[in-house]
Amino acid sequence: MGFPHTPHPKETVLLSRYFGDAEARTYDGWVKRGGYQALEQALAMEPAQVIEIVKESGLRGRGGAGFPAGLKWSFMPKEKKRPHYLCCNADESEPGTFKDREIMRWTPHGLIEGCAIAQYAIQAEVTYIYIRGEFTEPLRIIEQALAEAYQRGVLGANAMGTGKRLDMYVHRGAGAYICGEETALMNSIEGKRGNPRIRPPFPAAFGVFGLPTTVNNVETLASVPHIINRGGAWYRSLSLSNPKSTGTKLFSVCGNVKRPGNYEVTMGFPLGDLIHELCGGVPAGRTLKACVPGGSSVPILNREEAESCKLDYEGCMEKGTMLGSGGLIVFDDSADMVYQIMRLARFYAHESCAQCTQCREGTAWTVRILQRILAGEGESKDLDLLLDLSEQMTGKTICVLSDSCAAPIVSGIKKFRGEFEAYINGTRRPRPVLAHA
Amino acid sequence: MHPTAAYEPVFSAERKQQLDEILKRYPTKRAALLPALWMVQQARGWISDHAMAEVAEVLGLTPAYVKGVVTFYTMYHQHPVGKHFVQVCTTTPCNLCGAEGVVKALLEHTGCKELGATSPDGKYTVVEVECLGACGFATPVMIGDDFIESVTAESVPELLRRYP
Repeated sequence: MGFPHTPHPKETVLLSRYFGDAEARTYDGWVKRGGYQALEQALAMEPAQVIEIVKESGLRGRGGAGFPAGLKWSFMPKEKKRPHYLCCNADESEPGTFKDREIMRWTPHGLIEGCAIAQYAIQAEVTYIYIRGEFTEPLRIIEQALAEAYQRGVLGANAMGTGKRLDMYVHRGAGAYICGEETALMNSIEGKRGNPRIRPPFPAAFGVFGLPTTVNNVETLASVPHIINRGGAWYRSLSLSNPKSTGTKLFSVCGNVKRPGNYEVTMGFPLGDLIHELCGGVPAGRTLKACVPGGSSVPILNREEAESCKLDYEGCMEKGTMLGSGGLIVFDDSADMVYQIMRLARFYAHESCAQCTQCREGTAWTVRILQRILAGEGESKDLDLLLDLSEQMTGKTICVLSDSCAAPIVSGIKKFRGEFEAYINGTRRPRPVLAHA
Repeated sequence: MHPTAAYEPVFSAERKQQLDEILKRYPTKRAALLPALWMVQQARGWISDHAMAEVAEVLGLTPAYVKGVVTFYTMYHQHPVGKHFVQVCTTTPCNLCGAEGVVKALLEHTGCKELGATSPDGKYTVVEVECLGACGFATPVMIGDDFIESVTAESVPELLRRYP
């Protein structure tokens, strides 16, 4: 995707409107574009009113789970007895997803504004923006924008001159996919290993530092100022298919496509159009083979399923997959599904926090079996073994990392079984695996 | 701990002040552990056992606890690395776009014998990493703190020339 970003006519640009516009990164540039009006409006309301508007909008969590954002906020104690916290999840690490990075790079004040509104709504004094350690550029840009926001009186002990305290700090991660899981993220902020916690208790009751906490994704929070500015009903009206999925969504498209990048479309947009029209389709002379619609943790779609899939929470469910984080990985007919699924499994094996046996052993074992198949040493019973193993890895652990490893394996074997069998029966030549370090 | 050479503390005057500022952001001292470890790595290039003991002392933790955290996070170096630490993403989306070719080119042009090794001249350490979060700009490569997008096997020699 080239910058400055020229949106496709079929895109609906709210979040991505200023991608590529360097001036929008500054406080003055942001205010000139209408920034911080929503925060001003929100601060003049009661926190409960802000929550009602977000509830009405139908905004759902953009990090992957799709949980209604306003409802999540309403779980926070109404009567504040102890400090409350907001955590902004900017640990974007789901393979195929790179939308939060662009939001932070181009519209840092948009994110800060969204955080400040949410923070006010849930009555928190402090927000921690947890940014993955590798995102050095977004980190620098957010820190710069935060410094400006403090300097201009947006944040601090007297935020926007209202006498309310709104503090916001960056917390840098240090290389751990699992810290994108909300309870692991909170542990990481506390200076612990990023192991997910058993729930209940849920974060709204016992969150970071044992205090009431809400964790929201970057894209979710960045959507909030638009909702405050234009109303919940307006946001709700942005829906092409199922009324339960509202607003716009950034889809990160990567893999075998002519024009990879971030595309913002209204919920319910046809997946086929996104790949073939907006992204220009797969490379010349190739045909579409498969697509992962929601980041690597969701079941893989074959061509027919992908081309008839509606991009919203329900549309993806209908096809047996999930909208997840909106990271689309496109595979053309040159892709070796066995190798790429092995590569996904290796990601999960590497990122397992190793707390739960099913995950620690299961992910590693899965990789070994897949590598054995790729080396031409697989047996026909290996596929059943993988499926059995995947079942043992689903719904049995503290978090869903091992479920995420199982999803592409089960769907991959189901839909591309022939490719696995070709390695096993010797009709496909063994493929060496790049040595891991 | 068997100190043989004199250890120069990381958290002396100026850095101690920086850390004190960071501590104000959190209700507990332990919460400053990740930021403190980043400060050590920025100052020394890696985090030694001595440094872990110092961090433990400063934050009121035990050295074993600090080590437990250091070993959990892949970005903290427990050993010295080359002058330029090179991380290349090879997870599925980048893999589909030729990331393994980038790895081979990086190994060849840096003189690193294998992934994780440092080149004989001490200039480069090349490692393969899982998803750098820039899948639409395959293949992303990090050199030190620089994040470089759309690297191809062909563009590797020119890229490395910028990191002598």
